[in-house]
Amino acid sequence: MDAEVARSARTRDIELKLLLDAIYLRYHYDFRSYAVASLRRRMTAALARFGCETVSQLQERLLHDPTTFPQLLDYLTVQVSEMFRDPAYFLALRERVVPLLRTYPSLKVWVAGCSTGEEAYSLAILLREEGLASRTQIYATDINPHALRRAEAGIYELDRIALFTENHRRSGGKSSFSDWYTAGYGRAVLDRELRRQIVFSDHSLATDTVFAEVQLVSCRNVLIYFNRPLQDRALGLFREALCPRGFLGVGARESLRFSAHGHAFEDVARDERIFRKRAGA
Amino acid sequence: MSERALAVDAVVIGGSAGVVQVLLHELLPALPAALAAPVFIVVHVPRDRPTLLPQLFRERSAVPLLEAEDKMPIKPGCVYLAPPDYHLLVDDGPQLALSADEPIQFSRPSIDALFESAADWYGERLLGIVLTGASSDGAQGLRAVRDAGGMAVVEDPDTAATPYMPSAARALVPDATVLSRERIAALLARLPVSKP
Repeated sequence: MDAEVARSARTRDIELKLLLDAIYLRYHYDFRSYAVASLRRRMTAALARFGCETVSQLQERLLHDPTTFPQLLDYLTVQVSEMFRDPAYFLALRERVVPLLRTYPSLKVWVAGCSTGEEAYSLAILLREEGLASRTQIYATDINPHALRRAEAGIYELDRIALFTENHRRSGGKSSFSDWYTAGYGRAVLDRELRRQIVFSDHSLATDTVFAEVQLVSCRNVLIYFNRPLQDRALGLFREALCPRGFLGVGARESLRFSAHGHAFEDVARDERIFRKRAGA
Repeated sequence: MSERALAVDAVVIGGSAGVVQVLLHELLPALPAALAAPVFIVVHVPRDRPTLLPQLFRERSAVPLLEAEDKMPIKPGCVYLAPPDYHLLVDDGPQLALSADEPIQFSRPSIDALFESAADWYGERLLGIVLTGASSDGAQGLRAVRDAGGMAVVEDPDTAATPYMPSAARALVPDATVLSRERIAALLARLPVSKP
């Protein structure tokens, strides 16, 4: 590598490591085990947003101006989601998982890394349609308080609703998606009944522990941002939280094959990435 | 063995409109069977259709071709194809990492994201190739490859099926090597191979 370019890349990586340490020490958010390639990209975007030349400059601002961190957090955490994303996943949940969930008198579902709530509300609608809502509690967790507040509001831009509606239809939706929201002023406000089914709360897969026994964990496109050890930690939490023979759903191109906990799960719907905890695991 | 092997540890290739034909008929068949470097490919594909590309490409490739999954270990001699609706990144290790971050230049997977991450890891030991296509994705990425000291190649816009993408890359990286598809195939044939 060109010596100067190599030096600046190395310097940037040192700065990034120091920044993550600073965030951890000052704000107790632990990004130190996030996948580096994604962090570098997000940091580049953040530097442009904050008008900083170097990561060190951003670090100085971060440590001395407490208003900076909440804004940076939006760059470091996933904000991209949509309702019924990957309709085949929700269809497989309906067909392969719901029949077994019906056998439980009460149900708990954990949406880990819920961001702005789209996935949690999708599951709330699905469980309603399947007649399981009255016995189900959904826990939706994330580390970003700003995202959690938006999730709690359950208000989405109206121009996203066409996509949500089409996804819902393809997911085997048994109702009309328009039954679940009220439109006005360019926004769609989700049915408050859905909101009542979900507890949104702050939880970190990097630093917190298990808080409940659940029958289903849905954690999609969150683990991709973690390095292998942190993925193992998160999957370990899911394994511990799941009841015997409980279900786990991950993102379309996420895999348990490369994890220390892979052997604890078996396929339920291979293409849709739905797994079930093995007996005794 | 007419020419000596290229001094690269990995190859990144990107394209959109027209690129499937180029890969199928000219570039994948050119890869040496005993290839000893990984090849990463981003083809712009619609997000919601099940892609037949891995299957299609596999028939034309003498080396193993996989659709990338998160945290897949990188093996020399394998071709890794970015899955629809995810960015494919080379993470430290090296290993594959995916990202569901927003589309870049309207594209997910993004050629820029792959090239930049690969340049971070492989530095000057990387060959980056921008092929036919209808967006300017790939130009920034190719510049990152060049800036890290790697080898930057652009398909000749004069003979590319859709010249927009290679033209944009050439405009941003004027010192990139411009080659016809045939010459690019000949270049790939010179990738390092494992000794029998």
